[in-house]
Amino acid sequence: MRFLFKTNYEQDVRLFQHGGQVFWYAVLAVLVLVAPLVLSDYLVGEAAFVFILAIAGVGLMLLTGYTGLVSLGHAAFLGIGAYGEAYLLSKGVPFPISMLLAALIAGATGFLIGLPTLRLSGVYLAIATFGFALIVSEILAKWESVTRGFNGFRVPRIVMFGETLRQDWHLYYISLAVLVVVILGVLNLLRSPTGRAFIAIRDSEVAAQSLGVNLTVYKTLAFALSAAITGLAGALYAHKLNFLSPDGFNIILSIQLLLMIVVGGLGSLHGAVFGALFVGALPSVIGILRGELPRVIAEQPGLEPLIFGLILVLTIIFEPYGIYGRWLKLKLYFQLFPLYRRATFRRTKAFLKSGRR
Amino acid sequence: MLIIQLAINGIAVGCIYALVALGLVLIYKATEAVNFAQGDLMMLGAFFALTFISFGGLPFWVGLALAIIGMAAVGMIMERLVLRPILGQPQFAVIMVTIGVGFILRSGATMIPGWGTSSQALPTPFSNQTLDVAGLVMAQEHLAIIGATVILCALLYGFFRHTRFGIAMQAASQNQLAAAYMGIPIKRVSAATWAIAAAVAALGGVLLAPIALVEANMGFVVLKAFPAAVLGGFASLPGAVIGGVVIGLIEVFSGRYISDTARNLAPFVVLLAVLVIRPEGLFAEPKKRRA
Repeated sequence: MRFLFKTNYEQDVRLFQHGGQVFWYAVLAVLVLVAPLVLSDYLVGEAAFVFILAIAGVGLMLLTGYTGLVSLGHAAFLGIGAYGEAYLLSKGVPFPISMLLAALIAGATGFLIGLPTLRLSGVYLAIATFGFALIVSEILAKWESVTRGFNGFRVPRIVMFGETLRQDWHLYYISLAVLVVVILGVLNLLRSPTGRAFIAIRDSEVAAQSLGVNLTVYKTLAFALSAAITGLAGALYAHKLNFLSPDGFNIILSIQLLLMIVVGGLGSLHGAVFGALFVGALPSVIGILRGELPRVIAEQPGLEPLIFGLILVLTIIFEPYGIYGRWLKLKLYFQLFPLYRRATFRRTKAFLKSGRR
Repeated sequence: MLIIQLAINGIAVGCIYALVALGLVLIYKATEAVNFAQGDLMMLGAFFALTFISFGGLPFWVGLALAIIGMAAVGMIMERLVLRPILGQPQFAVIMVTIGVGFILRSGATMIPGWGTSSQALPTPFSNQTLDVAGLVMAQEHLAIIGATVILCALLYGFFRHTRFGIAMQAASQNQLAAAYMGIPIKRVSAATWAIAAAVAALGGVLLAPIALVEANMGFVVLKAFPAAVLGGFASLPGAVIGGVVIGLIEVFSGRYISDTARNLAPFVVLLAVLVIRPEGLFAEPKKRRA
């Protein structure tokens, strides 16, 4: 068991709490950097997809996991980012700038939609974002001069340093770089007064307000930031897909994004990454399962949503802190061995607190 | 004449939304949770009725009664298995759990032999018959929907106003802890609420069946029920019905006079507008803010 003896406040805001973390994150960094040399092209492509999902997950985590606002419409921001990127590239805007602009557009949309709807709480916000996402997907389908509607939009290739980047490992490294920058940025934000205000709002709006947190300002900020990060993920997602069609950004995708952060573990950035790994790997695992199962079950088209639904329900009932929560429990078990007690994590009995006003 | 005809169609469509919205509002009133699986319960109810009537050969009314009883049981089981364990957890957990249950029901229904992925017609006594009143053509299935909605509203109104259990439900919805202290069996109330909501969903499913065919995805009608419920304030039963009818009318008229895109979008534009301008809904009494 490691004991941290803190002698000054600086230690609390350090990126790495102790030498062990430095070591293990360095190992992870090396592994991720050399992976494309070892893995097959297919796996590298899948890994890039996981990174993109993780970026979107970090965006949604900032909103849902840290500020406590539920959005059932984040696929819309992913779509705005993707179409923004494709449109800007086709108009000749060079790559990194187009990606940033796409994120900016998504963020601005988030700001505009957040301004009125964030006065609402809980359920109403979920339903409002839900309606917003439906409207956006309809606009993507109908605004043909920009999105080319159901004809689909072929995304132009990334051109950097005079080279056209079309290999899977190009996208892998770009997504990895963006993911690292986003995670570091969000980590920094969460250790700043702004991030503390977000967490305060999540834990109790009334308490936050009485401590001088301006709810509207911080909620809108969280929403816009979250939308911008998701838009960034959308821009990269456009390159992963290569071909955009408006029905790809539907409510199912929004729910998958939520599923990702719930299964990964709400309220931690680790959770967003674990969740992305999980959602990225699940279709392949189900594909393998289909080969093993008897044909009657394996040929059912509904198998995948069924498993998604089951996992979602079981996670919320049995492990509300997701994969990351389970990981923490495992770690504590070995650290305290043989003194670990289950009761450490037992949930207290709670009565419903009314959010109604 | 055309306008009156459209209005009747709009009211009939709106009553379907109202029936789904009623289920949403019932659950919200009693447990302060939003049931995203309400549409899928409706689908399941329609399939139950299809099984009893078309496959089992039972008369329509017997089949309908069995479907409603069966769905009430499903609602209770769902409450016991899925919602009881997370009683008192934040709303977010309930939203996600019901979304998950919706996924399970929808894909589960496609796996049951005989239900499958194709859409099927449910024969009802009102199918394909029309009634001519003073030059207006009214489909009997539309009239049946409107009639059933009115009767159901009256029943629910009486239940919440005049029965012991209905009043206990209202108390539990306003303050769960205080209600528990007053000796109200919170768990039984919660189970009963879900049973009633599922039974209402079954009725909605059977009434929707003659208009839209019975299929695994028919539950997506719940998307239109959200604007209806929000319009009515989400905690008001009459509000849900009026909201449903308003949404139905808006849909039919914008589809006729603007475009099909407008028909799809109008309910959600209204939803956002209501949320922005009057988030407590059109029919809710203003309340003071509590901690």
